[in-house]
Amino acid sequence: MKELLIIAIGSAIVNNVVLSQFLGICPFLGVSKKTETAAGMGGAVIFVITLASFVTGLIYKFILIPCHVEYLQTIVFILVIASLVQFVEMFLKKNMPPLYESLGVFLPLITTNCAVLGVALNNVSKGYDLLQGVVNGLATSFGFFIAIVIMAGIREKIEYNDIPKRFQGTAIVLITASLMSIAFMGFSGMI
Amino acid sequence: MNKYVERLYNGIIKENPTFVLMLGMCPTLAVTSSAVNGVGMGLSTTVVLVMSNLLISLFRKVIPNGVRMPAYIVVVASLVTIVQFVMQAYTPALSASLGVYIPLIVVNCIILGRAESYASKNPIAPSIFDGLGMGLGFTVGLTCIGLIRQILGATLGITVFIMAPGAFLVLAFLVAGMNVIRDKMEKKGKPLAAPSGCLTGDCASCSQSAMCTGKLPGSAKKSEE
Repeated sequence: MKELLIIAIGSAIVNNVVLSQFLGICPFLGVSKKTETAAGMGGAVIFVITLASFVTGLIYKFILIPCHVEYLQTIVFILVIASLVQFVEMFLKKNMPPLYESLGVFLPLITTNCAVLGVALNNVSKGYDLLQGVVNGLATSFGFFIAIVIMAGIREKIEYNDIPKRFQGTAIVLITASLMSIAFMGFSGMI
Repeated sequence: MNKYVERLYNGIIKENPTFVLMLGMCPTLAVTSSAVNGVGMGLSTTVVLVMSNLLISLFRKVIPNGVRMPAYIVVVASLVTIVQFVMQAYTPALSASLGVYIPLIVVNCIILGRAESYASKNPIAPSIFDGLGMGLGFTVGLTCIGLIRQILGATLGITVFIMAPGAFLVLAFLVAGMNVIRDKMEKKGKPLAAPSGCLTGDCASCSQSAMCTGKLPGSAKKSEE
């Protein structure tokens, strides 16, 4: 139990997926203009990464290891993630229309989000079992959720500030990300 | 100009993936803590890019239009796996310091972007040179950023530059600097190509969005029905 808690805090806050591992930079910069959309994206990422860590964990343990084809992990994982996202999209559209309304637009964008593949590969390289992998996935994606929502909140305020012309747009967002990253480094003594 | 030289010039200078198109930002931020890491990442991406452009151009008439994205992903993922093993065997130290970012070359949007926009429409030889040009352009970009961070962080001792916040900060100033150059070139009447990756911050107008969404411009209608 203690071990799971350490994994969870470590991946959610201390080694934040965006601010210290640089995974999922694209949606972090692209979909963080409004808090609501950022929260929607964060929710979709939590959903997909948690599910993907479970499914890739299962496939690694029960197909790749028994067949001695661990070296195929990159190919298998990216295909599994891509089809999983398509499948989840279809399932939500048919069976849970309200959830699809709120998450649907973001789901396809997640296929090539490097955070999903990154978490699946990290679970294997760190030797996590199935439960640890799912906890790691959930915590990592929760870290993404925290980062993108904070960023969206700050960006909404930045709209009203007087920023030098050359720094408007992406440059000021990157400086904000840099300051957030410094703040998150403060957690590094926790574990 | 010879068309092969033109492809190289296009990739390294005119449409440099790092400075002009602003593509592949995840590895750009993650592995540029030193110049050596930048070169290593750039060259391994170049190898994958050249080989994937070669294979995709070779099979461009065989791959059915409807499943071309999954087909490209399989080709790229296989190449990345090969590169990963070659690096583990011959450059174990580099392989260890790049870590998970080597397999993540699969989702680098430069590679799928070139497959989609160039290799799938052009003959083999120009596609190879296109991949080589883009890959070398990416290598130059990563090496420059790595060098700046290494000099500021390790040589001058401002440690923050080799840590995570420094990566964001250097990239911020790079984007601002490129805005200045962009304005100047526009006044001269030679506008630079617009950034086309995620840094534009708008998926709706992004020319690469078909890769992220996995949907082709034509099939969007079909899925709505």
